[in-house]
Order: sequence, then structure tokens, then C-alpha cells
Amino acid sequence: MNSQANRAWLAASAVLDPEVPAVTVADLGILRSVEMDEYGRAVARVTPTYSGCPAVLAIELAIEAALRDAGFDPVIERSLTPAWTTDWITDLGREKLRAYGIAPPVSGSSSKRALFGDVQVSCPRCSAKDTSKLSEFGSTACKAHYRCNSCLEPFDYFKCI
Amino acid sequence: MQKGLFSALLQLADDHLVLGHRLSEWCGHAPMLEEDLALPNIALDLIGQARSLYTYAGEIEGVGRDEDALAFCRIEREYQNLLICELPNGDFAQTILRQFYFSSFMLLFWEQTLKSSDATVAAVAGKAIKEAKYHRRHCGEWVIRLGDGTDESARRMQASCEILEPYLGEFFHTSYDSLEISQSGVFPDKNTLQEPWLMDVREVFQAANLNIPDLTHAQKGGREGRHTEAMGHLLAQLQYMQRSFPNMAW
Repeated sequence: MNSQANRAWLAASAVLDPEVPAVTVADLGILRSVEMDEYGRAVARVTPTYSGCPAVLAIELAIEAALRDAGFDPVIERSLTPAWTTDWITDLGREKLRAYGIAPPVSGSSSKRALFGDVQVSCPRCSAKDTSKLSEFGSTACKAHYRCNSCLEPFDYFKCI
Repeated sequence: MQKGLFSALLQLADDHLVLGHRLSEWCGHAPMLEEDLALPNIALDLIGQARSLYTYAGEIEGVGRDEDALAFCRIEREYQNLLICELPNGDFAQTILRQFYFSSFMLLFWEQTLKSSDATVAAVAGKAIKEAKYHRRHCGEWVIRLGDGTDESARRMQASCEILEPYLGEFFHTSYDSLEISQSGVFPDKNTLQEPWLMDVREVFQAANLNIPDLTHAQKGGREGRHTEAMGHLLAQLQYMQRSFPNMAW
């Protein structure tokens, strides 16, 4: 990675997710790469979490603005392959989610167990394992709603896909 | 081949847009808060999938129509969705049962489409299959809960089975165009999905104490643009903004 591309990556990867402003687009794995093309433009490849995620456009605009502010001529490319899964969230991203009060997805999401069986979700506040699912769909496309049976606090769970 | 591919993409996109629109009508009206979140969430996924399909269909067609032009600026006879997608929602049981049928079918369809000979189609499938799995599980649980629930919920579920039964055969109907497309390996042959789909339905229906539907007397016409009376009303609402303010943008 040359220094220009590196600088562009640093600018783009610092953009925060508009719906979960505790993590960056790089933490979530939504920003796949930033490369300089032959015309000197910074090409950012972005992948949506869910097909209908309404934040996709806002994220693309924010990345474009961040690159422009850093002095680049930005191009945003939307890319569907390889499909985003919760496994793209970095370890640092998982920790930031937990600190923010959102239980990170149970890892190994692509396994059948995570999709069809019941996974054990720990409370992001008190770490208790005794939690129950209130709703499979939550406040945004990427979350489900849970409650901790120990501290009784309701919380969001970043669901596995 | 290109014409066949355009038509196949349009059919699939229309299914998702029209059903997504129907589901969105539940927003604010669902019987409980959790479902008020669930149904519009599923609608968002379906409309998102439709967007990818329309965009690609527009590229294949090559006359400059984008996703909005295809979604909002066609007349009723040009829509090629399955009739089941446009039927009014009915009660919650009917909405959930239709969604179960559709998600179960799409899950099998996307599974086969992952190995599509067309890279863009395979990419859309890779994204959509994860969402279809989630929808299929959610709706399957509801079908069992309502079918095997109280006398009233069981009665409504069985009534929904009877209302939707005539529209199931159309899922597996293959036209000349779609045959060509499946032979070229872009999309699976829908005929081959009927058996696995029935197996999935049978498993859920046995747990739900419901009678297995009969697919022999199928209503058809959606794929040729011959719609039910409900479609005109749906489009009047769906297209209202673009018809009133052509080319409007947010």
C-alpha cells in the first residue's frame, strides 16, 4: 500500500457508522478497501450489511465527504461480493459495541447453529449469560432485542447473519 | 438470452417490490410491537433486494432505465410479479403464512442461485440468502404458534391456507423465457424446487396441525402481466409520488 492510499484509508476508515456511532465503518467491515486508481482518484469499496439498510447511502456520503476533506477526489463503489456477514466485524469493533451497550454477534455466525439454534448472548452491561430474546427484529435492520434476566436491563444484540 | 435475462430479473424484482410494499402497510398496525418492527424490517430487506435486481435489470436492458424508472414508472400490465405477492394482506395469519411460503421458496431459490453462471446474480443471491433464512425461520415459528395455538388462531390459520392455496402453483410455473434462463445456468429451474419446498411446508404444517395445500389448481397470469383487482390499487399508492411529481428526488 503506497502512502497516498494509506492516507486515504486512514481518512475513510475513521468515519463513524450513523446508526451505531460507537464504531467506525472499518470496525464493522463495511469499508472493504481504499485504493488509488490510474487517474489519481481514491476508490473506496463499500458493502451493505443488509440489502435494505437505509444507512448505506448516508455511509457512502460520509466516506465521500471524509475523503474530499482529506484532499482526495473520491469514487464510491458498492460491492456485494463477498457478502457481508457479522464475521467481518473486527475484534476491536466487537469490544467497542459491547462498551456501547450492544451485545456483539456471537462469532462463527455462518454456522447453522447460529442461524437455527439458540445462541447464548451475554449481557453487555453485567456480562451475565442468563438472557432472553424479546424480539428477533430490533431498532435497526442489523439488531435484535434482548433482556438480561440477571440485571433486568433490556439491550440490543447485533444479530448474526 | 439478454431479453430472457431482463425478464427473469424483472419478475424477481417485481415479486420483492410488491410484497415488500404489502408488508410495509403493516407499519403501525401490527398486533404487537415486536411484529410492528419485524414486518417493516422484512419489507426493507425485500425492497433492498428488489433495488439490486432492478439496477441490474436496467443495465441488461441497456436503454437507460434505472431502478426508480423500473419500480415506479411502468403500467400495471408491465409488472410481472406473482399474484400471491399483490393479494391484500388479510389478517395477521394470512400475512405471516404468505411470508412463510414466499421466504421458504426464496431460500431454496437463492441456495441454487449461489452457483449462478452470472456473477452479479450470484452476488445478489449471496446477500439475499442470509436475509431469506432469517425471514423463513421467523415466519415458520409463527405458523406453528398460530396453527397449533388457540381455537381462534387455528381457525384463522386454516382459513388463510384456503385463501392462499390457489396462488401457490404459480411459484413453480416456468415460461419459455425462464426455461431458457435456467438452461443457461443463471437461475434455477423452478420446477425442481417444488418437491423440496413441499417438504419444508409439510414439516411446518405437521407441527402446526394444518392441512397440506394442494397445488394442482393454480391461478396464473402474474408473470404475463394479468393481475388481480388488488394490483391497480396497490400501484396507485406505490407510484403516487412519481406520478404526481415526475422525476422528483429527495
